[in-house]
Amino acid sequence: MSTGIGYGDGDGVGPGEVLLGDATPDEQLALTADWGSARRRRSVGPRLGPTGWLRWTWRQLTSMRTALALLLLLALAAIPGSVLPQRATDPLAVNAWIERNPGAAPVLDELGLFEVFSAPWFAAIYILLFLSLIGCVLPRVAAHWRSMRAPTPPAPRRLDRLADSRAWTTGDPDVLATAEAALRADRWRVTPGQGSLAAEKGFTRETGNLLFHIALLLILVGVALGALFGWKGTVIVRAGNGFANTLTQYDSFSPGRLTAPDRLPPFSFTMTDFTATFERDGSQRGAPRSFAATLAYRSEPESALEARVVSVNSPLRVDGAKVFLVGHGYAPHLRVTDSTGRVVLDDTVVFLPQDGNFASTGVVKSPDAEPQLGLQGLFTPTAALNEELGPHSTFPAPDDPAVFFSAWTGDLGLDDGTPSNVFTLDTDGLEQIGLSAVRPGETWELPGGAGTVEFVGFDRWASFTISRDPGKGLALAAAIAAIVGLSLSLFVRRRRIWVRVDREPGTDGTASLDQYRVQVAGLTRSDSADVCAEVDQLVAQLGGPTDGEDER
Amino acid sequence: MTLAAWSNVFVYASMAMYALAMVAFAASFASARVGPAAMPTSTRRGADAPAKVGVDADSDDLAVVAAPRDSAAGVDGAGQQEDPAGLAAAARTRAQARGASGSRPDLPRPESTEPLPPGRRAGNIGMSLTWVAFALLVVALLTRAAWAGRAPWGNMYEFSLASAAAITGVFLVVSLRRDVRWMGLLVVMASLITLGVAVLLLYNDSPQLVPALKSYWLVIHVLAAIVAGGAFTVGAAATVLYLAADRAERDSAGTGPKALSGWRGSIRSANSGAAAWVAARIPDAASLDAMAYRVNAFVFPLWTFAVIAGAIWAEDAWGRYWGWDPKETWAFITWLVYAGYLHARATAGWRGRKAAMIGLVGFACFLINFFGVNLFASGLHSYAGV
Ligand code: HEM
Repeated sequence: MSTGIGYGDGDGVGPGEVLLGDATPDEQLALTADWGSARRRRSVGPRLGPTGWLRWTWRQLTSMRTALALLLLLALAAIPGSVLPQRATDPLAVNAWIERNPGAAPVLDELGLFEVFSAPWFAAIYILLFLSLIGCVLPRVAAHWRSMRAPTPPAPRRLDRLADSRAWTTGDPDVLATAEAALRADRWRVTPGQGSLAAEKGFTRETGNLLFHIALLLILVGVALGALFGWKGTVIVRAGNGFANTLTQYDSFSPGRLTAPDRLPPFSFTMTDFTATFERDGSQRGAPRSFAATLAYRSEPESALEARVVSVNSPLRVDGAKVFLVGHGYAPHLRVTDSTGRVVLDDTVVFLPQDGNFASTGVVKSPDAEPQLGLQGLFTPTAALNEELGPHSTFPAPDDPAVFFSAWTGDLGLDDGTPSNVFTLDTDGLEQIGLSAVRPGETWELPGGAGTVEFVGFDRWASFTISRDPGKGLALAAAIAAIVGLSLSLFVRRRRIWVRVDREPGTDGTASLDQYRVQVAGLTRSDSADVCAEVDQLVAQLGGPTDGEDER
Repeated sequence: MTLAAWSNVFVYASMAMYALAMVAFAASFASARVGPAAMPTSTRRGADAPAKVGVDADSDDLAVVAAPRDSAAGVDGAGQQEDPAGLAAAARTRAQARGASGSRPDLPRPESTEPLPPGRRAGNIGMSLTWVAFALLVVALLTRAAWAGRAPWGNMYEFSLASAAAITGVFLVVSLRRDVRWMGLLVVMASLITLGVAVLLLYNDSPQLVPALKSYWLVIHVLAAIVAGGAFTVGAAATVLYLAADRAERDSAGTGPKALSGWRGSIRSANSGAAAWVAARIPDAASLDAMAYRVNAFVFPLWTFAVIAGAIWAEDAWGRYWGWDPKETWAFITWLVYAGYLHARATAGWRGRKAAMIGLVGFACFLINFFGVNLFASGLHSYAGV
């Protein structure tokens, strides 16, 4: 069993293990040799020929040394993913970083350092690690299976050479049977021998270790299932508006590789209400305290309408998907007319928060207005104005809301069909016609009779992440199995006890008839070794000497 | 006075106790004069291992650094009986077996009924003060919890208080089973520094939580992480001391780093001197290694649990159980490095010093995760109100 069982290149000594007593380490090792190869695997070079090479490569890959190197390499590889902004979590930050570092950015980008966790080199490391894992664990499962059925090696002749050994003389002829019964009652696996017995316990250590490693593999399978068949999208919904779960309604949508985005579960909802509260006092003034969106939803187009409050940490589960509340903001209701008096806009407009006090920016583009109108707005829930900061907000709740507008006319460039961002106004080629602050209910007459802007009121919007991950159940089950396996592996110790009973030699040199010499010894390899206590207990059960009275 | 103010008072009182405990442990450590080895204690893997350096059989100071406290197994008891020569010898054999397997750092002293030497008394005082400091800190946390009406680890200030309590708590639990006074100085310093950072840099007077933290997972996930942090710290302290003891043992066996000339040589010999000084006051390298392993092996499943509980919570809060947020990434890195540590201990050529270094790297990753990520990285986890 020296090759390919994972322990292969160890010298068979478990972590932190200590062997004592007069027996040489080799003698003691021999008694537990089947717990793992006792011999150091010689690293012979590959024999010529393709199979020789293959076998050699496989052995290298499945060695403990490689596993260790890959583990540390994976840790190292993950670091740039936490230092540099990542496209998957924050694409805007990536763009900003690239703009700030035009020299280094293209190289880093080429290396995939803005997408570390989906980069091929990152995948290569963990795939190699898991290949190594499979190559390591499968043979160990087989070896463990055999070891559980193989008898424990018989007691050596002289047990007193082991660290934890006791010896005494008794007149009880049944002492061996008593020992066997006591050990079996304590759930030891007993292998009887000639005038001796061998008992073993703690097979769950290796079982747990194997369970742990296999569970790691299953976690990976669960993650992969999610990446292949799951999907995730985000959408902003204004209070009073609705959402139906089809691809076109999402602001952004990322399907798994094998997801069919045209067959999303057909639920829908309307956000009937949204509330947010903020800390009013103390050093944490302005910190968010609660968000809640009330949704009226249907799990199928024909099913009944149900209501549910969705808040952070409390998602809506519907039709195999989950709806999470992830953000919110203000949507001022604006009514815009052009120079002819025609209403070109009468609706709530989503403004994006820019700071913790929810100063939020938004844009109105009216290419149909006469003349074409563009508005940049800054919504401040609690408005303030000073030299240093200009218009700003001093509190996130709408205590004193206002919108600061900047109005522009000219060709908005929306007719040529190039896509444009709804949250920014490209002012190149536009002419600024005025600035004004507007409070709810107020109307701003645009200079030169270009039209009017009325701040009718405001509402809230909320952003939702909607996702489905068919692999997460498996990943969770496997994670729990991993913890169980790991705990068994680290807290159970595999150990052996031997008992040997010989007739005591009489004074005349022949064996005496009614005196027996009893020897008991224990051995363990794992670090948390205290087979001592178990030897003590057995000795006590057999009527042997208590601690300190050893008569050897 | 509000409960929060009372909590602060308890925090300050606890810090004062920690400071006194630190003085006591420092005195104990400094006065533990121990000579060269006269008696081999635990030897590792048979007779070929170098004998333990630094415990003088004729010095009472042995007891300062190494007397086992639990007499449950009868070892101390045996040492105190009438015929020390015979019985103590038998007890010694047993104690060697046990001490070597990691359960007791060193040998009992037959003369342990004699008056306590000064170093030992200071160590005892240090232990008592540490208990008092810990109790005060727990009271501070409980008052804070009563005031805020929630688990007392809702922001960085409170995390840090709880972490200091966890470091000491893990140490005290270990101290119930074996004598670890030699580690007291490091542990008390770590707790005190954590408290100092909390009070000076992170103070937060809000009872409220940001919405993302309002979940029973706050109790489970964060508690697991905090306790794991305490154990990581104790494990790292044992590892550092192991490295010192190992260096001293290698130096005295002639297998240490070779002498060099020039300034590098001075650094090297200064290191040797420091290691020898420290090693004379702590158990032998093998016991320290075993102790560090035990603590880290206990903490690894707990950390695994903390990470998984965090993933479950993230799934509830953000719609994905894993998103490579900086906090998550560093939790993963920490986990991998500690897995590497456990692996290294079963890999030929990596046991001992190299494995210990990996363990210390893991601890550094943990610190980056606990403090660095909150202070410097922006991500979903940086909400906790620094
Ligand atoms: C995903 C990668 C892996 C992780 C996170 C991991 C983690 C761990 C941990 C935490 C332990 C300690 C538990 C114990 O001591 O029983 C362990 C033990 C072990 N692992 Fe892995 N492992 C991984 C891959 C591998 C691979 C690829 C191999 C084979 C080459 C392997 C072989 C072993 C062996 C033989 C032990 C038992 C060591 C002992 O006797 O204590 N592991 N692993």
